[in-house]
Amino acid sequence: MTAASTEQRSQPIVSVRDLQVRFQTSDRRATVKAVDGVNFDVRRGETFGIIGESGSGKTTIGRALVFLLNPSAGAILHDGIDPLALPRREFQSHRRDYQIIFQDPNAALNPRMTILASVLEPLELARVGSRAERERQAREALERVGLPQEFGARYPHQLSGGQKQRVVIARALTLKPKLIVCDEVVAALDMSIRGDVLNLFADLQRDLGLTYVFITHDLAVVSHISERVAVMYLGQFVELGPTEEVAERPLHPYTIALLSAEPRPLPSAMRQESRIVLQGEVPSPIDPPSGCRFRTRCPHAQPLCTDRVPEWRELKPDHWVACHFADSPNFSPNALETTP
Amino acid sequence: MAAGPPAQRRTEVVRDGARPLLSVRGLGIRFKTTQGIWQATRRIDFDIAPGERVGIVGESGCGKTITGLSILRLLPGNFAGLDGKILFDGIDLASCSARQMRAIRGKRIAMIFQEPMSALDPVFTVGHQIAETLRVHSDVSYEEARARTLEMLRRVGIASPERRIDDYPHQLSGGMRQRVMIAASLICGPQLLIADEPTTALDVTVQAQILELLRDISETSKTALMLITHDLGVVAETCTRMITMYAGEVIEDATVDEALVRPLHPYTSGLLRSLPHLSPRHGRLPSIPGRVPSIAEMPAGCRFRARCAHAAKGCEADQKLQDAGGGRKVRCWRFAELNLPGALHPPDAPAAAKVATQ
Repeated sequence: MTAASTEQRSQPIVSVRDLQVRFQTSDRRATVKAVDGVNFDVRRGETFGIIGESGSGKTTIGRALVFLLNPSAGAILHDGIDPLALPRREFQSHRRDYQIIFQDPNAALNPRMTILASVLEPLELARVGSRAERERQAREALERVGLPQEFGARYPHQLSGGQKQRVVIARALTLKPKLIVCDEVVAALDMSIRGDVLNLFADLQRDLGLTYVFITHDLAVVSHISERVAVMYLGQFVELGPTEEVAERPLHPYTIALLSAEPRPLPSAMRQESRIVLQGEVPSPIDPPSGCRFRTRCPHAQPLCTDRVPEWRELKPDHWVACHFADSPNFSPNALETTP
Repeated sequence: MAAGPPAQRRTEVVRDGARPLLSVRGLGIRFKTTQGIWQATRRIDFDIAPGERVGIVGESGCGKTITGLSILRLLPGNFAGLDGKILFDGIDLASCSARQMRAIRGKRIAMIFQEPMSALDPVFTVGHQIAETLRVHSDVSYEEARARTLEMLRRVGIASPERRIDDYPHQLSGGMRQRVMIAASLICGPQLLIADEPTTALDVTVQAQILELLRDISETSKTALMLITHDLGVVAETCTRMITMYAGEVIEDATVDEALVRPLHPYTSGLLRSLPHLSPRHGRLPSIPGRVPSIAEMPAGCRFRARCAHAAKGCEADQKLQDAGGGRKVRCWRFAELNLPGALHPPDAPAAAKVATQ
């Protein structure tokens, strides 16, 4: 690690402090705590993965990171500043640096606009340069994502799913963002195309120095692309650490179960002997369990887990976990193993 | 929570000697469109033995779902014709009467779909819908149908079934709805269960529960399973045999272990190599260039040729599904000379490395 990059790391590109996002249910009788007290930093130039099952709050975090949703409590700092404190004008220009891409490119592209018009739109809204300059930049963005020039004149229905996702990526790139939140960006793509799009993300990161927050339910994808990964359950992080650590020496029982549940394309002789099959499903975020939220499905739950909320602690360097027993060898054999 | 039993799969070919339960020969399906008649699938040949678990894999648009639907003759309105034979226990489902088909559909062959909410009727209780299948196909009293429904709900792992039996679909979670669908499909004791992406809409921890249930039911009640999925991991966890489809054709048919370790068709190999599990972390993912040809403009000869790294002179000839020895079949004339990488290549991939250290 060079001195310069160490210095850069001291100022995270995004800092999330005690983030809470609450929604009213449609009958206004109850509150859903979609995100309930999350803390993390995203480091400049890294890919930060967030995995969780449906309803865990991962998409809500993604939207809050780019202020498509405002936090109900807590703070999100971009480069050390709170964008919500900026005057409206400055806030508008500030948020160009923080883009988001969604799962379904069909929903993200207007079927009545040509590809070039869709890619031009953010530049027009931002009133960048002259018209010719804007068009040059839009064409450059299309080229960068590997689409030939003639695609500019086409309409979304003439493109395949993978090509449409490339268009959406090109559009997010036009304003030269620093960070892109990628929410399930490859989930709708076929297997053979997925690799292409993931490779494209890696190339763009290398060439443009982008930072990604990669949100997905797919363990294989997140562990392939991310440097660090956070595991989310019912609105909270249960574990956060370097990808290799989390994937190979997980500390939280939920992470262990999640990894074990993933179907692996391996021949029978090489599969793990016994898998942990969690019983039941994720409880409702309207009325989450007291203490540790995972305790209702946890194989190691103790009375303490009902009574006390587990502390968010750094058990190994850079490796955080919220479990009372993560350092007890009876429950978590990985806690004592030293990092190679 | 329970440490599930190891996914023991019998890898010997169950088919030997036994007459297949289902034998599909030369199956092809045509559709009417505004641009003429389209051939969606063609020359589909495969067998499923009694109690065998077979995965049908491929990417979207390769014809796996339509093959499953055609076995039950659940074909859309623009259906224009069907070629070949679908022999089920001696009856040709492709040509039998609608009456005969009705007696088989739901009773001897059942099907479950990806989205249980759209398969369940929202205005009837789940118990009513499960019992209905039974009462249509056999002469049982209301009380007996209810008792057997309760028993089946218990069997598919629904907690306190006596309470759940009178619930409506919207009162259940996604995983429970899929369990209800499985209960409804199994209530008549079918010999074959066709499951079309049964876990795609579910979370990974719930997916593990449902796959374990399907495997368990197939083993204890000797129900054959035809599992349609795009997920090679799901097939590896659940099935003994894997049939790969591409552009409306079967291109490889082998045991799961053989197909994963040493695929014979370049497409099967390409699919395996594009999985992130099997590549070194942060490395480049191999991918298959190009895209599946559209039904309207299928190339002559090998349909994978334009995307294949091993295409050579000779690939423009029509490809037959040929015997590759040991019960394997492949639609590639070069299979014997190609040595294609499978799931354990490259050796530094996380999954392969994990195996090596064990």
